[in-house]
This record gives sequence, C-alpha cells and structure tokens, in this order.
Amino acid sequence: MLKILKYSFFDLMRSRWSYVYFAFYLLLGIVLLFLNNDLSKAVITLMNIIIVLVPLIGTIFGVMYYYNSKEFTELLLAQPLKRSSIFLGQYLGVSISLSMSLVLGLGIPFALYGLFNSSAIWDFSLLIITGGFLTFIFTALAFNIALSNENKIKGFGYAILVWLLLAIIYDGVFLMSLILFEDYPLDKLSLVGTMLNPIDLSRTLILLKLDISALLGYTGAVFKQFFGTSFGLIVSFSMLIIWVSLPVMRIVYKSKRKDF
Amino acid sequence: MVTIENLHKKFGKNIVLNGVDLSIKEGGIFAVLGPNGSGKTTLIKSVLGMVIPDKGTISVLQKNIKNSSAYRHKIDYLPQIANFPGNLKVKELITMIKDLRGKTTNDDALISLFKLDKFLDKKLGNLSGGTKQKVNLVLTFMFDSPLIILDEPTSGLDPISLIHLKDLIQAEKAKGKTILITSHIMSFVEEISDEIVFLLEGKIYFKGTIEQLKTMTNQSDFERAIATILTDNHA
Ligand SMILES: Nc1ncnc2c1ncn2[C@@H]1O[C@H](COP(=O)(O)OP(=O)(O)O)[C@@H](O)[C@H]1O
Ligand SMILES: [Mg+2]
Repeated sequence: MLKILKYSFFDLMRSRWSYVYFAFYLLLGIVLLFLNNDLSKAVITLMNIIIVLVPLIGTIFGVMYYYNSKEFTELLLAQPLKRSSIFLGQYLGVSISLSMSLVLGLGIPFALYGLFNSSAIWDFSLLIITGGFLTFIFTALAFNIALSNENKIKGFGYAILVWLLLAIIYDGVFLMSLILFEDYPLDKLSLVGTMLNPIDLSRTLILLKLDISALLGYTGAVFKQFFGTSFGLIVSFSMLIIWVSLPVMRIVYKSKRKDF
Repeated sequence: MVTIENLHKKFGKNIVLNGVDLSIKEGGIFAVLGPNGSGKTTLIKSVLGMVIPDKGTISVLQKNIKNSSAYRHKIDYLPQIANFPGNLKVKELITMIKDLRGKTTNDDALISLFKLDKFLDKKLGNLSGGTKQKVNLVLTFMFDSPLIILDEPTSGLDPISLIHLKDLIQAEKAKGKTILITSHIMSFVEEISDEIVFLLEGKIYFKGTIEQLKTMTNQSDFERAIATILTDNHA
C-alpha cells in the first residue's frame, strides 16, 4: 500500500491543481492577516471559509482523481497487489496531499506572522485539525460515490449533491426546524443534529473553542456544557473518526466486489 | 496450470459466461477464440481477478484464486486495451512496474527490440496506438512468469513488430511456459497455437487442436471451419 500511496502522492504533487490549491491558501492566509491585522480575528474568518471550502475541494479532487486514474488503477489491478492496498493507497495519497496543501498554505503565513508566540495557536491548530478531518471525510465520500458510479458525470453530480446537502441544505433545514418547533425543548435534538453532520460538528467545535458561544443563541449554553467538557470533546472527535472510518470501510468493501 | 469450473458471470442482465469449464495444462500455446463480445476478455479478466465471478471456481497452479493476489506474481498479462496513465513517461512507467513487481533486466533488450529508445522520455498520452502496444509488450515480457496471458496482442502492430512478437511467444514456449492468447486474426492463431478453445454463447463450444476442428466441421480451411461453427449456430 505504501508504494501506491507514494505514486499517487507524487502524481498529485506534480499536478498543477495541488499548486493552485496550495497557492490559494497561501494567498488567503496573507490577505486575511493583512485585512484583520489580528490573529484571532483572522482565525474566525478563516474558519467560515474553510468549513465550506475544504469539503468542496476534497469532494471534487476525490472524484476527479478516481476517474482520471482509471488507467493507472487497471494497470495496478493486474499486478500482485491487494485491491484494498490499491484503493486505500490512492485514497490516502489524495487526502494527504490535500491536507498538506492546507497545512502548509495556511501555516506558512500564520507562522511568519508570529503564530507560535500567540495565544491563537490553539485555535489555529484546532482549525487545521478539523480541516484535515474534513479533507479525509469528504475525499472518502467522493471515492465511495465514484466507485459506485461508472458514469463520470453522474459521479460528479452525486458528489456535489452530497457536499451541498451537508454544507448548506442540512444547516438550513436544521435551523428551520429549530424555529418551527421553538416551543419544544430541542437542546438535545440540536446537539444530536450537530453531531451527525461533520461540517456542523467542526464549526461548533471551533466556535466554542473561540468562546463565542453566545453567537449560538439559547442552545449555546447546552452546547458549551457538552462540548466544553472533555467527554464532549472525546465524543466529538470520535464522531469525526467514525465519519472517516465508515466511508473508508465501504471503499474496501466496494472495491473488493467491483469488476474492472 | 489453469482450471476453471462452472464459471458464471453476468453484467446486469447481460449473461456473458454461462457455465464455463476449462482446463489448461502446463506448457504450450492456447488460443481463446469467439465472436466479438463472446466474453474472451471477461474470461481472462476472471483468471486475473479483475472481474469477480458470480459463480464457479478458478485455480491457477492448483490454488484457488479467490481473495488472493500473490498468485499474480506467476502471471504476465497483456491487457487488450493499452490504457496507461497519460501524464507518465514511458521510462517512469517501466520503473514503476519494476518497483511493484520485482527486479528484472530484460527490459533493455525488449526496448531495443521494439525500437522504443527514442520514446522513453515521451509521455504515454502522446504515443500512437501501435507504440503504446509495444510498451505494453515490453511490460508484459520483461518478467519471467510461468503463465503468460495476452489479450489481442497483435492489435496495432506493424509487420516487423508482429514478427518479433511471434518470436517472443515461441521463445517463451520453448522455456516450457503456458501462454494463453485471444485474437481474432485467424492466420496468427493458426500459425501459433497448439490448441484452441472456442467460446460461444457463454460456454466452451469447442476445445482441441485446429486439425480436430477441421475434421469436426468437415472443412479443410481453418477460417472456414470457424465460419461453419458460427453459421451453424446462428442460422
Ligand atoms: N465491466 C463491464 N461492465 C459491463 N459489461 C461488460 C463489462 N465488461 C464486459 N462487458 C460486456 O460483456 C460482454 C463480453 O465482453 P468481452 O469479454 O470484452 O468480449 P470479447 O473480449 O470476447 O470481445 C460484452 O457484451 C461487454 O459489453
Ligand atoms: Mg476482448
């Protein structure tokens, strides 16, 4: 698997898109620091962008890589390699190279600005960690969709749909239901609702860390009670890990049964 | 060498293999024939584990291949369509496959045999079909496995390369290897194969030597013998 990972990783590192993605974050980091002139504020703005953009990029890159490397995959399938190694290697190659672009692209400007001497370092680290999780989650979802759809256009369509659903529609429906049923005690329900969507979960984790739970309205107190404790934190990260493992397990399952 | 028992495979509603039984002994050249879409490639890909059968068992060198990948060390495979990662250079591809399969020194001789030296630094995406097929042949013949599977090896080759290919195949046969070939070029099959297998409507319709086929169909010409099978079955 390591060999496949190596080839996929270097293949991506040589592609133009990795540089575009890296340059984008570099630019974003520099611009935000320049405009905000304050590390903490820059982190907040950054969060709002990352939480939506990272899943989108993971989705698009994942689907694109799968379909574009069809030939490479078929070549590998005839070699004495396990199917799980081939597909996990490719998946890790994509996720790791995307995460690296994120970490380096944002890390360099923030480090130069004096991140390591600032109290914002923990907030920033949390941001990068959740960004990494979101990359691994959405790349895995994208691979799942691509594995199940021979048709490239369909695959792309479904992948974007999943992103839209989790990044935008879920929130809308969630808020609507909170408003509609505001007479009922929905703290628990909204807590569960947040846990079930990796994007919402990441956002909540960061907002609470930044201590702007007041922005979350009346549920803020309940959220803070839950996420503020180490139990809440462990549950949240376990949730993110489950969000990575389930799709990864399905990649292995699906790839073993597919005809090439 | 290869034993296939009761192999079934369908893609959706399209039943491609419908109970194939086939046993290929060690040593010699076997040709799998059949009309377009009769499932020759599907049969070969099943042996390679690229297509997962619905039913049936396949053994390679007396071992069931199910859920196994190591047995592919014993197989050199030439895919029907030479699809390579387009952004890779020929040289890089050869190095990569060597890295994945193990060391070999045969590649240099094969590269000069097919006159590929000047293409080594070219990207695979920019090669013509025939040149890609030559790269494909280098990748297949550079290893020394006891079973060689060639899916339409002649496609796109110029006459000189075709002669080289025939020589290569004969040289491997002389080493005692088993070679499994699909081709629709009848003259090539007639010249090279020791035994043929005819695939029709999902089953093995005929297995034996070309002489036996001629006797069975009452034809003195191989091509006509094949045509007789087809017209008898579709009339
Ligand atoms: N992966 C696949 N998915 C769906 N149908 C397939 C697939 N591979 C082959 N087929 C179908 O199986 C049939 C046999 O194909 P193939 O084995 O390539 O035939 P041949 O090599 O004898 O020309 C064809 O009808 C083809 O369309
Ligand atoms: Mg074929």
